[in-house]
Amino acid sequence: MQPVSMMPLNLQPLLPILVLSAAIVVVLLAVSIRRNHGFSLFLTLAGLAGAGAVIPLARHAAVRQVTPLLLLDDFALFIVAIILASSFAVALLAHSYLQRRRENPEEFYILLLLATLGTAILAGANHFASLFLGLETLSVSLYAMISYTRSGRLAVEAGLKYLVLAGASSAFLLFGMALLYAELGTLQFEDLAALMTTAPPGGVLILAGIGLMIVGAGFKLAVVPFHFWTPDVYEGAPAPVTAFVATVSKGGMVAVLLRFFLQIGMPRDSSLFYVMSAIAVASMIVGNLLALLQTNVKRILAYSSISHLGYLLVAFLAGGAAGSKMATEAVAFYLVAYMATSIASFGVVSAMSGTDRDADSLEDFRGLYWRKPWLAAVMTVSLMSLAGIPLTAGFIGKFYVLAAGMEASLYALVILLVLNSAVGVFYYLRVVVAMLWTPETEHAGAGAHAPSGTPALAHEGAAGLPPGTTASHAPWVPLTAGAVLSALLLLLVWLGVQPAPLQKVIESAVMTLK
Amino acid sequence: MTLVLWIGILLGGGVLAWIAGARSPRAARWICLLALGLDLCLVADYWISGPGSVAPPADGWMTRFQVSWIPSFGIDFHLGLDGLSLLMVALSLFLGVLAVGCGWKEVQERVGFYHFNLMWVLAGILGVFMALDLFLFYFFWELMVIPMYFLIVIWGHENKTYAALKFFLFTQTGGLLMLLSIIGLAYFHYVQTGVTTFDSIQLMNTTLSLRTALVLMMGFFIAFAVKLPSLPFHTWLPDAHTEAPTAGSVILAGLLLKTGAYGLMRFGVPLFPEAARVFAPAAMAIGAVSIVYGSICAIGQTDLKRLVAYTSVSHLGFVLLGIYAGNRIALQGVVMQMIAHGLSSAGLFILVGLLQERIHTRDIGKMGGFGSIVPKMAAFSLIIAMAGMGFPGMANFLGEMLTLIGSFHVNAVWTIVATAGLITATVYTLLFFQKPFHGPPPASWRFPDLSGREVAILSSLVICLLWLGLYPKAAFDTADPALARLQERAATTTQTAAAEPGK
Repeated sequence: MQPVSMMPLNLQPLLPILVLSAAIVVVLLAVSIRRNHGFSLFLTLAGLAGAGAVIPLARHAAVRQVTPLLLLDDFALFIVAIILASSFAVALLAHSYLQRRRENPEEFYILLLLATLGTAILAGANHFASLFLGLETLSVSLYAMISYTRSGRLAVEAGLKYLVLAGASSAFLLFGMALLYAELGTLQFEDLAALMTTAPPGGVLILAGIGLMIVGAGFKLAVVPFHFWTPDVYEGAPAPVTAFVATVSKGGMVAVLLRFFLQIGMPRDSSLFYVMSAIAVASMIVGNLLALLQTNVKRILAYSSISHLGYLLVAFLAGGAAGSKMATEAVAFYLVAYMATSIASFGVVSAMSGTDRDADSLEDFRGLYWRKPWLAAVMTVSLMSLAGIPLTAGFIGKFYVLAAGMEASLYALVILLVLNSAVGVFYYLRVVVAMLWTPETEHAGAGAHAPSGTPALAHEGAAGLPPGTTASHAPWVPLTAGAVLSALLLLLVWLGVQPAPLQKVIESAVMTLK
Repeated sequence: MTLVLWIGILLGGGVLAWIAGARSPRAARWICLLALGLDLCLVADYWISGPGSVAPPADGWMTRFQVSWIPSFGIDFHLGLDGLSLLMVALSLFLGVLAVGCGWKEVQERVGFYHFNLMWVLAGILGVFMALDLFLFYFFWELMVIPMYFLIVIWGHENKTYAALKFFLFTQTGGLLMLLSIIGLAYFHYVQTGVTTFDSIQLMNTTLSLRTALVLMMGFFIAFAVKLPSLPFHTWLPDAHTEAPTAGSVILAGLLLKTGAYGLMRFGVPLFPEAARVFAPAAMAIGAVSIVYGSICAIGQTDLKRLVAYTSVSHLGFVLLGIYAGNRIALQGVVMQMIAHGLSSAGLFILVGLLQERIHTRDIGKMGGFGSIVPKMAAFSLIIAMAGMGFPGMANFLGEMLTLIGSFHVNAVWTIVATAGLITATVYTLLFFQKPFHGPPPASWRFPDLSGREVAILSSLVICLLWLGLYPKAAFDTADPALARLQERAATTTQTAAAEPGK
C-alpha cells in the first residue's frame, strides 16, 4: 500500500523539481558571497544528486498530478532521472573545461541548473502552459550557456543564432497552441485528446495547429528541415554545452512529444503520420550525407545527431502507428543510449580542448590513440555506439528501433534506416582512422625501436602537435572529465552487454503512459 | 561451460597480452601463443577423447550451453557444438597459433594491442562457429569485424585505410541486412506462436510463405555472400587481403571467409529450406561463375598477394556450389574444401609475407630466380601451391572432387562450368611458383632462407594438408552426423506446407 500524501497541495511528486530549484538559489547565493569554482561545482553536483535522491520519494506519492499543469508519473520521473544524470556529467565535464578557459566559471552552473530545471518541467508537462514554461526556461538558459565563452567569436555567433531561431520557433509553437485552443478550448493534453477524437475530422485549425507545433518541436529536436542551426551552434558552443544541447534539451522534448502524441494518437493513414515519416526520412538521409562532407568533429557529430533523431522518429512512428508498448520502450531506450553516447563523444572533445579553442578538427584527433589512449578508447566506443555496433548501448538501441519498426510493419522506413546506418559507419570510421593515424616515424613512447625518419617529423609525432594548434596536449586527462568519461565508457559497454536491467526500468516507466 | 571457456580463454588472453605488451612485447607474444596452445589442446582433447569422439546424442549437439541473456526479447546466450562446428573451431585455433607465429618478427609496433585484436577476432570467430541464438550469432559476427578492421588499418600496408574501410562497409551493410532478416523472422515467429525468441532451433518451426521466406533468406544470403565472398560482393576482398598484415591475411582467408560458408550451412539453408531449394540453381550459378572469374582474375595480377587473394574467390566458389547442391557428398566436399582452403591459403599468404619481409615488394615483375637463393622457401611454395591447385593427395583435391561429384547430380551444366576452373587454377598456380622462383637468379640479391620458426609453421601446414588428403576419415566421421542433420533439414517442406495461418 502506498502511503497517502499528507503534504499540502500534494507537493510530494514535485520534490525533485523543488530540490533542483533550491539548488539554484543556493548556488546563486554562494557565488554572490564568494567565488570558488570547486565549491560551485560541489553545490551543483549536490543539488543534482539530491534531486535524484528524492525521486523514489516522489514515486511514492499517491496522486502524481500536481495542479493541471504537471503530471509526474513514472515516465516523467524516469526522464527526469536521466536528465539529472546527464547534467551531472555535463557539470563535471564543464569543470575541467572552464578551469582551462579561465573565465568566470561560477555562473555557468546556475545556468546549467536552470536549464535542467526547464527540461525537468518539460518532462512532466501535461499542459501547453507547462510545456511552454519549461521550454522557455530551458531556451533562455541555453542562450547564455552557448555563448558563455565570450572570447570566442564562434560562441557569440552561435548564441545569437540560437537566440533568433529559438525565438522564432517558440513563436510557431505558441501560434500552434493558440490555434488548437481556439478550436478545442483547452490546453490540457487529456482533454485535447478526448476532444480531438470527437471533433469533426479534417478540422483545418487542428491540423494547422499541430503542424505549427511540429515546426517548433522540430527545431528543438534539430530534425530536417528545421536543422540549419545545428552544426553552427554545435561547433560554436563550448563542448560541454554542446553535449547538453545535444542530449538534455532533446531528451526533454522527446519526452513531451511522446506524451502528447501517444495521447492524441497518430493513425497510420493520417497526414500527421506522413509528415512525421517525411521528417524522419529526410533527417536520416540529410544528416548522414552532410556528415560525410565535414572535417570538424563537432560538425560531424552534429549531423550525426540529426540522423539519430531520424532513427528515433522511426520508433516514435511505430509507437504512434501501432500503439505498441515495445515501440515506446524503444524510444526510451534509444534516448538513453543516444544521450550517454553523445555526452561521451562531446565529452572527449571537451576534455581535449585547450585554453582558447575547442579541439574539434580532425587534425586535433590525429594520432590520439598514441597520445591519450584512454580518451581515444572512449571516443572509439562512443563512435561505435553511434554506429550501432554490438557490445555498445547504441547497438541495443538500434536493435530496439528496428524491432519496433518491423513490428509496426514500417518496412520502408526500416530499410532506409539500415542503409543510412551503413553510410554512418563511413564517417564514424573517418574519426577512428584519424585517431589511429601514425606519423611516418614512431613516437618515443611506443617501444624500444626507432626506425629511420627525419628528426623534425619525429619530434612532431612525439609531441603529437599538428602545426598551428593550441589545444591541450598534455598526456593526462583532467580528473573530473576523466572520471565522467570512464563511467560513461563502462555504462555504454554495460548497456550493450547487459541491457536487461535498464529494460526493466523502462518497461515499468512507460507503463504509465497513455 | 566448456564452450564458454574456449572463448573466454581467448578474450582473457587478449586482454592480458594487451596489458603485458606495454612492458614487454615478448611477453605479449608468449601469452597469446600459450593461450591459443592451451585452447587448442582443450579442443583436441575434447575431440579425441571427450564428447567429440563418440556419436552425438539424439538432438545432434555434442555440448550445448544456454543461459538467458536479454529476457524481454527472448534472447539467450546459447552456444552449441556439433561435428561441423568442432572442425571449424579446431581450424580456427590452429590457424590462430600460426598467425601469432607469423607475426613474431613482422609486427614490431604496438605489439600488445596487435595481439589483443588478434585474440578478439579469433574469439569472435569461435563464437560465430558455435552460436545458436541468432542475436548472439549477429553479436559475434560483428565482434570479429572490428578487431579485424584495426588489424588492417594499423598494421597494414600502403593502402590500408581504403582497404579497411571497404572491408568494414561491405561487411557492415551485409550484416545489417541479415539483422533485419533475423528480426523479421523472429517477428513472424512471434505472430504465429506468441513466443518472442531468437533461438535458431525454435525459429526453424516458423511457417512462412515462399515469398516471405525468399525475402528473409536474401538478407542472410547477402551477408554470407559478402563474407564468402561470391561474385558481385567480392570486391572488398582483394584490397583487404592485400593490405592486411600477414597474420591478418591468414585469418581473413583462413577463417573469416569460412564464417560466411558456415553461416550458409548452419542458417542460410536450414532456416529457409523451401526458399533455398528455389534459389539453389541461381546460387550454384553464382558459385560456378565465381570459380572461373576468380581464377581468371588471379592470372591477371601483378601483385603476388592479390593473386593469392583472388584464388580465394575461386576456391570459395566451390563451397557455394556444394552447399546449394545439398547432398551428402557435396557437403562433405564443402567441409573438406573449407578446411583445406583455410590451410592452403594461409600457407600461401604466409609465404608471400615472408617473401615481402625479405625483398620489400610484392610485384611479380621484379621477382625471378629466387629458387637458388632460398631453396627451402621454394620447396614449400611448390608444395603449398600444388595443394591450392587441388593436387591429388592433398586435402584440396578431396574437397574439390567431392563437391564436383556431388554437384554433378544436381546441376550438370554449372558443374561443368565450375570444372573449367580447375584448368585456370593450374595456370595461376604455375604463375605463383614459376615467376618468383624460376629463371636466372638476380645477380646482387641475397636474402636469408627460412628460419626454424618459419619452417615449423609451414611444415605444420603441409602435414595437415597431407594428413587430410591421405587419411580424411577423422574429419569425415566428425562432420558426418552434423551434415546428415543439415541435409535432412534442407529436404523438409514444413515451412510452406500450409499457407500462413492467421492470415
